[in-house]
Amino acid sequence: MSETAESDAAGDAESPSVAGLGGGSPDMAEYPLQVEDLRKQFGGITAVDGVSFEIEAGTMTGLIGPNGAGKSTTFNCITGMYDPDGGTVTFNGEDVTGMDPHDIAQRGLVRTFQIARELSDMTVLENMMLAPKGQRGERLWQSVLPGTRDRVIEQETELVEQVWDALEFFDIDHLASERAGNLSGGQRKLLELARAMLTDPDMLLLDEPFAGVNPTLEARLLEHVHELRKQGYTFLIVEHDMDLIMNNCERVIVMHQGKLLTDGTPEEVRSDEEVIEAYLGGQA
Amino acid sequence: MSGEPSVTDKFETTPDWQIVAVVMGIIYLAYIVSGFLIGFPLRGQINAIGNLTFYVAVFAMLSLALNLHWGYTGLFNIGVVAFMAIGVYTMAVLVKQPLSQDPTAQIGGLGLPIPVGMAAGVVVATVFGLIVSLPALRLRADYLAIVTIAFSEIMRFTFLETSIKTFTLFGTETGLGGGSGLVFNVPAPIDWLTSALYVRGPYLDFVGWFGTTLGIGNPKAVVDNLVYSIILVLVVVAFYWLLQRIGRSPFGRVLKAIREDEDVARALGKDTDWFKMQSFMVGCGLMGLVGVLWMYDQGAINPNNFRPRLTFYAWIALIIGGAGSNTGSVLGGAIFAALLFQGPVYAKNLVTTAVGSGSAPQTFAGAVAPLGNLDPGPFAYYVLGNINQLQIVFMGVVLIWLMHNRPEGLLGHRSEEAAAVDLTDRPVVSDGGEVDE
Ligand SMILES: Nc1ncnc2c1ncn2[C@@H]1O[C@H](COP(=O)(O)OP(=O)(O)OP(=O)(O)O)[C@@H](O)[C@H]1O
Ligand SMILES: [Mg+2]
Repeated sequence: MSETAESDAAGDAESPSVAGLGGGSPDMAEYPLQVEDLRKQFGGITAVDGVSFEIEAGTMTGLIGPNGAGKSTTFNCITGMYDPDGGTVTFNGEDVTGMDPHDIAQRGLVRTFQIARELSDMTVLENMMLAPKGQRGERLWQSVLPGTRDRVIEQETELVEQVWDALEFFDIDHLASERAGNLSGGQRKLLELARAMLTDPDMLLLDEPFAGVNPTLEARLLEHVHELRKQGYTFLIVEHDMDLIMNNCERVIVMHQGKLLTDGTPEEVRSDEEVIEAYLGGQA
Repeated sequence: MSGEPSVTDKFETTPDWQIVAVVMGIIYLAYIVSGFLIGFPLRGQINAIGNLTFYVAVFAMLSLALNLHWGYTGLFNIGVVAFMAIGVYTMAVLVKQPLSQDPTAQIGGLGLPIPVGMAAGVVVATVFGLIVSLPALRLRADYLAIVTIAFSEIMRFTFLETSIKTFTLFGTETGLGGGSGLVFNVPAPIDWLTSALYVRGPYLDFVGWFGTTLGIGNPKAVVDNLVYSIILVLVVVAFYWLLQRIGRSPFGRVLKAIREDEDVARALGKDTDWFKMQSFMVGCGLMGLVGVLWMYDQGAINPNNFRPRLTFYAWIALIIGGAGSNTGSVLGGAIFAALLFQGPVYAKNLVTTAVGSGSAPQTFAGAVAPLGNLDPGPFAYYVLGNINQLQIVFMGVVLIWLMHNRPEGLLGHRSEEAAAVDLTDRPVVSDGGEVDE
């Protein structure tokens, strides 16, 4: 029950293929995430109704759809927060359907929440220090016994450095000692994104990560996301800002009433009649 | 909030250890002064201090153990007393002399050495912690509360059960003693400890010297009491050390995250069930140890020592001190023991000495009626006569006051950073990279 995978993160350490699309890092599957006929019901409501898609390594895919389309529920089913009623989820070639959320996260598939879930009575620093995988001191005896405690402290010292760098990058270093509960909505989003990044995932599922983040910072974060993407990280992003999706994603998946409506390049989606009707509405 | 520093502001900026020191100073001073006012002889005075220290220590320990469950992990354990009982019952069964050695005893034991019994008490309490947590921790948080309170009563009725009053374990006849419980019939803690450490002779010399110097007759009981209390204080220090160590570590960080939002911890790859189980087991083991240290000193145990009331005492101590803070837990344990647990009896003695013990009315009506004639005497005597029952009322009043005015307890708002190093101290990026604390 307690196996901690310390080897997981090794996969993306070296990524020789810097050149554009198609070439993820070598030992990651070409399609790290495969979702097959996913279903989830809540009483009478079918929130996710037979959704299938594949996400290509090293890409950024947008998942869009009107409110209540089932986007967040899809995320919850993929990451083990909900048990899907049907279908399969495959991550890096392994069937992870119905696995515990922590097992899925340990494998490198990490999500953020639509409504930021900061750990409010912990400081920003504590929030961040929680994230890294393979922490020795998470074993009780290692943290307590005199001999092993020194090595825990050693690792903590390394992590603190990493954490401060991340805080600086996300522009929340001035809030480091603040209780996370005292942060503004946008700052919480940043904290959550930064925290998810620190787990060193292979793939990130971001549920409206930029809601409430100011445009300048949003642009910077997007730039960073693109950088990571080129290194082989994979992103699936739910976002209501159409321009953001159209300008930043190679591919867009549209959901409507629990079903997958369209799946294609931004141009294809933009010109799709059904999408215009269901989602873009008057905009077109 | 205003310009000049108020008492509260001053309190907020005072370091924890100073608050603890000041509070302890006040408590002991108050006890010594009221001891003199009551007119305790020196022997009684020393004995009172010994008792106070004993209860301060055991409630500090209980509060610390519970803080690991509730303050750190958010586990709502209201079956504390069950784990204390399991610990000390295990010890009693293991260390009592076999019937062949001690034919006068009602119930025999296995005759194992005392340290073995103590350790086994802790281990068995830990194992029961595991058993209780297995089904409960996977369910919603409040189920643990239901399971633990039920478990604590089930255990008490199990100890009361006549069918296991005696049974055979490893070929030796032993048992739990049913309603009449178990008498240890082994050397008392200090007698055992001084013999085990080969200091029995010097210790008895010291006791004799102590008695003649201070003019106390039969000093052994008093000195034993005081010395044992001091040993318990050392155990409190050990508890505190252990829990600080756990709290200030990546392990403690995960516990804190579970308390805040378990889903987040899971989404970050933490196997929260396993962390909760470990936290629960360690806390239960410590509670078992408190049971052992408390009840072994009493010389005998029976199921009525382990009523749910004791669990709520531990909770009150923790709430006074402030869940989440180990220093607060110690402070809460001390204040609870001095003010709410021992205090009322002391206050009664004090008042009785001052105004004499008049004749208390038998009924509440008899106490209240004279108030109409502006005669508070009968009411006051009635209150004094029922001080033990009123203790519970006082506790309730204190709790309600705290809920309204300071729900976080005295020190609960002071976050103790969950990390093995100081996080706010940003490491200077130098080529060597220093590794120190
Ligand atoms: N835990 C739940 N219990 C019951 N119904 C739920 C639950 N979660 C989601 N639903 C329902 O499932 C449907 C899809 O919800 P979901 O949150 O997945 O939508 P969404 O696409 O993320 O919408 P939004 O853009 O507003 O975030 C909705 O009708 C919602 O009411
Ligand atoms: Mg949503």
